[in-house]
Amino acid sequence: MKSSQSKERFLSAFERFQKGFAASPDWLRDLRRAGIACFDELGFPTTRDEEWRFTNVEPIVSTSFESANGAGKILRPEDLYSRSFIDSAYNRIVFVNGIFCPEHSSVRGLPSNVRVENLSAALTTDDGVIEPYLSRDTRYRQEAFVALNTAFTEEGAFVLVPRGVVVTEPIYLVFASYGNGFPVMSHPRNLVICEAGSQARIVESYVGFGEQPYLTNVVTKVVGEEGAIIDYYRVQREASKGYHVGALSARMSRNCSFTAHSVTLSGSLIRNDIHALLDGEGATCVLNGLYLLDGKQHVDNHTEIDHAKPRATSQELYKGILSGTSHAVFNGKILVQKDAQKSDARQTNKNLLLSENAVVNTKPQLEIHADDVKCSHGSTIGQLDTDALFYLRSRGLDAADAQSLLSYAFASDLVGRMRIAPLRARLDDYLLTSFRRSQS
Amino acid sequence: MNTARTMEDLVNREYKYGFVTDIEADTVPRGLNEEITRLISAKKNEPDFMLEWRLKAYHHWAKLKKSEAEPKWANIHYAPIDYQDMIYYSAPKTKAEGPQSLDEVDPKLLETYEKLGIPLSEQKRLSGVAVDAVFDSASVATTFKEKLAALGIVFCSFSEAVQEHPELVKKYLGSVVPYSDNFFAALNAAVFSDGSFCYIPRGVRCPMELSTYFRINAAETGQFERTLIIAEEGSYVSYLEGCTAPMRDENQLHAAVVELIALDNAQIKYSTVQNWYPGDKEGRGGIYNFVTKRGKCLGKNSKISWTQVETGSAITWKYPSCIMQGDNSVGEFYSVALTNNRQQADTGTKMVHIGKDTKSTIISKGISAGHGQNTYRGLVKIMKRATGARNYSQCDSLLLGDKCGAHTFPYLEVMNSSSQMEHEASTSKVGEDQLFYCRQRGIPPEDAVNMMVSGFCKQVFRELPMEFAVEAEKLLGVSLEGSVG
Repeated sequence: MKSSQSKERFLSAFERFQKGFAASPDWLRDLRRAGIACFDELGFPTTRDEEWRFTNVEPIVSTSFESANGAGKILRPEDLYSRSFIDSAYNRIVFVNGIFCPEHSSVRGLPSNVRVENLSAALTTDDGVIEPYLSRDTRYRQEAFVALNTAFTEEGAFVLVPRGVVVTEPIYLVFASYGNGFPVMSHPRNLVICEAGSQARIVESYVGFGEQPYLTNVVTKVVGEEGAIIDYYRVQREASKGYHVGALSARMSRNCSFTAHSVTLSGSLIRNDIHALLDGEGATCVLNGLYLLDGKQHVDNHTEIDHAKPRATSQELYKGILSGTSHAVFNGKILVQKDAQKSDARQTNKNLLLSENAVVNTKPQLEIHADDVKCSHGSTIGQLDTDALFYLRSRGLDAADAQSLLSYAFASDLVGRMRIAPLRARLDDYLLTSFRRSQS
Repeated sequence: MNTARTMEDLVNREYKYGFVTDIEADTVPRGLNEEITRLISAKKNEPDFMLEWRLKAYHHWAKLKKSEAEPKWANIHYAPIDYQDMIYYSAPKTKAEGPQSLDEVDPKLLETYEKLGIPLSEQKRLSGVAVDAVFDSASVATTFKEKLAALGIVFCSFSEAVQEHPELVKKYLGSVVPYSDNFFAALNAAVFSDGSFCYIPRGVRCPMELSTYFRINAAETGQFERTLIIAEEGSYVSYLEGCTAPMRDENQLHAAVVELIALDNAQIKYSTVQNWYPGDKEGRGGIYNFVTKRGKCLGKNSKISWTQVETGSAITWKYPSCIMQGDNSVGEFYSVALTNNRQQADTGTKMVHIGKDTKSTIISKGISAGHGQNTYRGLVKIMKRATGARNYSQCDSLLLGDKCGAHTFPYLEVMNSSSQMEHEASTSKVGEDQLFYCRQRGIPPEDAVNMMVSGFCKQVFRELPMEFAVEAEKLLGVSLEGSVG
């Protein structure tokens, strides 16, 4: 399928979409039009684009995706809970194929002034609060998938934690997808605002069901005002034919602390972009990532940490385990701007190759324009330590058990850094069973 | 003692080699077209296969030029180059067909090299180093030829090799860097005028360092030389290259190609001390150094090692690479790149592992001062067949001053599971506490910074042959006198 044909389909889908939402505020309609115009101009990225060199989006281009028509409500809650590592007591807002599902959602356990709702509902009441955040986000001018998301902006999670409020219970944003007779696409748009001095823990969970292809193209914006502490999680457990393109951008003001954990467990083609802007002195950013790949999976993690102000720190650790004929891409960029003196940035990417046919492309990248900084990056691609394997075998473990135990240890390092105990425990269980199963 | 003063010293450092030799030159008309290519080939009295190859290269270049395929991806900025406003061939006029011995070489030339510290005359020769001196487009003298010939080593200018050893040239020319490799390689193939040729026969260990000294003299010319080194089975050679150019306000283009071929058990060690004119402190003038260097470890257990000290050039665009085709072969890259004033460098290496159990090491040290922009760009590619391959990369940057930049773009690609690859990079400045410690022990700040810079570069310098190591250390020593970050 030619890329231009596919583009046409998205353009005509936009025409239909636009008719259905005549009630939107003017600025949003303008923004959507700007988004689709940029997408029309940019087209789908190809491997000739530096940012997409190792990720071919051909499977997405050649599938005719349609927006869902609301039939997603037949999903059984048990399936949803077990796959997204939650249960009925959790504070959660659920979207199925990009459409808000009130019957699965529940946010009763939160302080009353904390808002967790569907973006389209918030738009009708708080147009003025949301507008600056959406329209100032101009990445759609450069990135085709963000442009597409901007064009179809309607639903998604809107979270607002007011000044000084500490939310101890995690908030789950669950996005479930499944093809419903035809390949479904969804373009969730999330906006998370943590006002000065507030604290929150937020989990974005992506789950997929069924055997049909679907596309989740999500854009999330996180804003941390002065002194806010944000713990952000993104768990991807997409179905075997699930395509996922996600862009997360976070802006941190003075002394704000932002920690993101990305976990990719399954999916066919996954691309994650994280852009963290340290826009205030003393801001801290931690990016952790874990990707487990098998079969023909393709996972591409692009992160960019922008040190715009002095005395900010960032730490990044991404780890991956690859088997089968899977392909992992890691591109980590650290940018230290001219006046961002005393910046401290550390980045590590470690890859474990368990099979002959797996491929890793990693590109850690430093761009430094200030002199009084400490920046380092490290990257490794290798196998399990033969001495460690030998030791375990000498203690009576067979080769398969020794391998799964060491792989588990490699991965659990990152799981251990998560601060939500139930999620940590469930992921831990998942890792143990999946490594055992892959051996048998 | 303070930073400002010492930084000023650094910025105001004079370029020592900026003089011009007044010598009559044989030049071709300005611009580039098929005729010029034919003319250069005719001047050199080349056999047909060379002309054909040059013409193919020229047409390929013209096609690239038309489709605007001049590489734009590098992290460097410069005004577009007008390829028609440049002279592609300029050689010092000689009395006879070519000097047979040093006595026939124009004394002015000898004087020039004397001034550069490269004596070519018999009595003053550097012991143990054979020199091929290339002046603008032509090789003017090669020393120690007879002594080397006794061992079967061929060390001569490229034009001589084309005449004397056409079979070797035909076999290996373009086998590592084909003319279609990139924009500048195509340009070089079309118009290259001279360079060094070196052939080490089977089992011979070259008893002395071979070196080529490149000098750009004429104005508005480009220098396009080509070096080809072939090391037969079990041989060893260490080769050095040095370069300088006069100070001028215009930029001059230097687009060279270097090809190395190592057969079974052979070893080539290639060292460069690049000191082209870097331009003045406002960034006017200076050499554009756009060079393609690549070595092929064709045979088993072969080894190619690149060592470079890059202190000159307004812009450096250079990636000495190793293709490790033979099993068990080894590639190494050691680099110190210094950018000062408005210099820009985008340099690094490519290590392509094809054979089994191949190993590569990359040690890159970047130093930025003034408004300099220093980029390390590297590729480590371990192919599927290359089981048991091993790579270690380390690239460190040192920043001296708050207006310079240091960047790293390493690409790491691994396609099998029995290989190991490690990459580390760090960026830092000379620490206040380190300086303080040295100063309280009575060491002046200049010396202290010098010590730290030379410590920072030590891993690379110790790979250089003795004579060059001393020169390189001096070069950095002068340029970084007391530059406290």
